[in-house]
Amino acid sequence: MSIFDRSPQARTAALLSPPFLYSLLLLALPLVAIVLISFWTQTGLDFDTTFTLANYRAIFTQPQYILGNAQNWGVIPVSLFVSATVTAITVVLAYPVAYFVSFVVDPSRKSLWLFLITIPFWSSYLIRVFLWKVILGFNGVINTGLQALGVIREPLEFLLYNLASVIITMAHAYAVFAILPIYVALEKIDRSLLEASQDLGESRFSTFLRVTLPLSVPGIVGAVLIVFIPTIGDYVTPQLMLGAGGRLVANTIQTQFFKGNDAPLGAALSIVTMLMVGIISLVFLFLNRRWLRGRS
Amino acid sequence: MMRGGWLRAYALLYLVFLFAPILLLPLFAFNDASVIAFPLTGFTTHWFQELWTTEALHQALRNSLVIAVLNSLIATLLGVCAARATSGPAFPGKRGILGFIMLPLVLPEIVIAVSLLVVVRQVLDLQLSNVTVILAHVVISLPFSIAILNGAFANLDPAFEEAAQDLGETRWGAFRLVTLPLVFPGIISSLLICFIISLDDFVLAQFLTGANPTLPVYIYGLTRFVKSLPVIMALGTLLVALSITLLVIAEYFRRRGVARAGLKDSGGFL
Amino acid sequence: MNVQSKPPATPLIQLRGIHKHYGDYHALRGIDLEIRQGEFFSLLGPSGCGKTTLLRTIAGFEQPSSGQLVIDGKDMSGVPPNHRPTNMVFQSYAIFPHLTVAENVGFGLRRDPRPKEQRARAVAEALEMVGLGGYGNRAAHALSGGQRQRVALARALILKPKVLLLDEPLSALDKKLRENMQVELIRLQRNVGITFILVTHDQEEALVMSDRIAVMFEGAIGQMADPETLYRRPNSRRVAEFIGKMNLLPAEVGMEGNRIVVEVAGLGRGAVEPDQAPGGVIEGNSTVGIRPETLSLLFPGETTDRRVAEGVVDEVVYYGDMTYYDVRIPGVEEPLTISMKNLIGRPVLDVGTPTKVAWDERSLVVLSR
Ligand SMILES: Nc1ncnc2c1ncn2[C@@H]1O[C@H](COP(=O)(O)OP(=O)(O)OP(=O)(O)O)[C@@H](O)[C@H]1O
Ligand SMILES: [Mg+2]
Repeated sequence: MSIFDRSPQARTAALLSPPFLYSLLLLALPLVAIVLISFWTQTGLDFDTTFTLANYRAIFTQPQYILGNAQNWGVIPVSLFVSATVTAITVVLAYPVAYFVSFVVDPSRKSLWLFLITIPFWSSYLIRVFLWKVILGFNGVINTGLQALGVIREPLEFLLYNLASVIITMAHAYAVFAILPIYVALEKIDRSLLEASQDLGESRFSTFLRVTLPLSVPGIVGAVLIVFIPTIGDYVTPQLMLGAGGRLVANTIQTQFFKGNDAPLGAALSIVTMLMVGIISLVFLFLNRRWLRGRS
Repeated sequence: MMRGGWLRAYALLYLVFLFAPILLLPLFAFNDASVIAFPLTGFTTHWFQELWTTEALHQALRNSLVIAVLNSLIATLLGVCAARATSGPAFPGKRGILGFIMLPLVLPEIVIAVSLLVVVRQVLDLQLSNVTVILAHVVISLPFSIAILNGAFANLDPAFEEAAQDLGETRWGAFRLVTLPLVFPGIISSLLICFIISLDDFVLAQFLTGANPTLPVYIYGLTRFVKSLPVIMALGTLLVALSITLLVIAEYFRRRGVARAGLKDSGGFL
Repeated sequence: MNVQSKPPATPLIQLRGIHKHYGDYHALRGIDLEIRQGEFFSLLGPSGCGKTTLLRTIAGFEQPSSGQLVIDGKDMSGVPPNHRPTNMVFQSYAIFPHLTVAENVGFGLRRDPRPKEQRARAVAEALEMVGLGGYGNRAAHALSGGQRQRVALARALILKPKVLLLDEPLSALDKKLRENMQVELIRLQRNVGITFILVTHDQEEALVMSDRIAVMFEGAIGQMADPETLYRRPNSRRVAEFIGKMNLLPAEVGMEGNRIVVEVAGLGRGAVEPDQAPGGVIEGNSTVGIRPETLSLLFPGETTDRRVAEGVVDEVVYYGDMTYYDVRIPGVEEPLTISMKNLIGRPVLDVGTPTKVAWDERSLVVLSR
């Protein structure tokens, strides 16, 4: 059978197979492997491949992972809290910007604005995190700047080495991820709906509340998920901003694969974290759908 | 007439917030103090000269460039396949496969890094090297490449290629003479964006790099030494300048692609 | 049977039992067709009936699931589109946006062995032919819809195909431009003498332009005939309803010796000729059709020797040159639609006016199916 006789579907499938095989080999296989390994035990440089739930038992019983103790939360709840806070801040701060670009900016200049907004995102993440450390540090830009201006005498200590600094840095890093989905959703809104609403007697503000905002919910949902999920895996920011002290789950995972040398535990931690993120995302989606349905 | 006065002010402020950190880079890169602090003390190009003479840095840079170039070529080639398949006729499972390939967009990078490490070391039994870094970078670059190229391919009327065939071209001739010129700007954008992704990536490189570190891994090593901070500023200035230059070029090609297809511009990447 | 001029011994295009399946969907159900050299042939039918699929099968973009396609004496199975003596004008025109008008028109000449100047001249002539002389250097994406269509025509015709395939080429144009282009297309086809196969869902367009029309329904050809036959003697209810306006009346059909006798509800008894039952005669309950313009109202004071039925004006729609009356006749559920020329001195009747409808037996069509 010549290539010509193959159906267009078969040709598409043939075309899709190289990227698919690549992803199968270097994405699916690794994900399967990590699930497998999480049921094994590290023995020196090798693995004991007898099936065990010990890694999961450790995660769910030892205080440092989930349960926490009187002084400290477990590392997973802290990480979830940080990600949730970053998400909330990012999305709330991003919405007006997306609204501005979609509704106020002249159509011919929209792509310029989008371009400007995306530029910082494409500059080295490591450098950006590092810059925030420099900005917020004890002898950093803010402190020395304010001191030079005579606003403060002593450096502000609350700026670095706490979760706030992690949150600020991440909120900056993921801003673009929040703006774009909301912008896309706002762009899709038929402008005549807004005119109809005002024609029917709503003010501009109530039009926003009753028409624009509900119609942009899919964008908000997209923004929430696309910020919440990756932030949980960010270990560079905490490592640079928190120093040797407080750590988030991504750092714990990373440590298991390097210094800790307990890959199975690290694998199990990754999986538990992913599952929790996944469950939270699904619950969020579910509640959101219920809320949307309840309205209509 | 200022439309949306408050919103505009807020949006501008937000842009300042977005740009503030990278605007500080050149400020301190050219400052002749060895600590990063105000007030600025004087102008120097000393830190840049130091970059020029650090052999380890050059090694890391060469490494990163090789990785970035190969990554962008492989990812874009695979991206062209996937994007063309996306705009082609449906077959069972097509959406699922495409969704799966795009998965790294929403996977925490550390999960990808950790699981690749496990496979490379335990399953494939490979030594960590530039090859393993490239393999990993293609995984995270591919979704971006596909997203960019999808835009280019989706703009095409499926009748274009059929018309070319109808006028006597073979299937390949139709692709080369009609489709390729029309998606070419998208291909350039994809190459550049994948290049930047690879050049900027730290997480995957840290996990998968071999004896020779990539540039970000090298920089990360530097951040532990207070005295090298100004050098990092200088290096960062150059890197950001490079990223922005590439980005401007990529954007230029994307817009040209849109104009070529005779369409209205509807926004940026992603 | 159909009034049909006989095709010559070897028609240019022959389709025999063409079937096309898309998965479970049976898009073409046994198409048999012969098209003569130089004919302007139309495929007409409602949306989704398979017109485009059939055209693309001829062009080579779809492979028939079974059946045979012969063009100019050669079996086309396995012949890719670039090796077929057909060219196509796409519905979207598919003008390459990255090329100029001249580059678009000259696209198919890449393998032409003629020297460059001659090819350039051929391009200029082709543009001249479609009325776009001097437009060669324009960017393709800066053209209007009508101009695009001309470029698409020139691009296809420059290759001197045996058959030109046109998929709804006029549907993207506004009404005025469409009517102008119809006339131009007919003229162009006569000049170049190339066989045209036109796909359209616009029955008026098909009637105006074609030598012959195949009306398709659900993947099969319902009737194939010249425009007049199709209009005056549709072979089924579907065709009758698809082309023009047609009053449909319940009727009782029977044979009396060789004569076909119909008892039409509301109109009465009459005899018809065999050509008035192109779909064949099935005795018993049936339907009879009669076109609005073959009926007339008797205005006060007028008399006639045609058959007459009594009725009451139910609805009046004024069109300027014509007035359409719906007249209710005892014994018929649906009112009869009658179109009348608005001649000088002829009044427009009011709703509720009692009136008489004149008709002829020769205007009836028996529509068994
Ligand atoms: N590639 C395909 N896969 C599956 N079904 C198809 C495909 N192409 C066409 N069909 C189906 O075959 C039928 C006929 O399609 P076709 O395009 O030939 O109709 P058409 O008569 O040209 O209609 P229109 O006037 O709307 O253009 C339709 O029901 C369509 O859904
Ligand atoms: Mg069609």
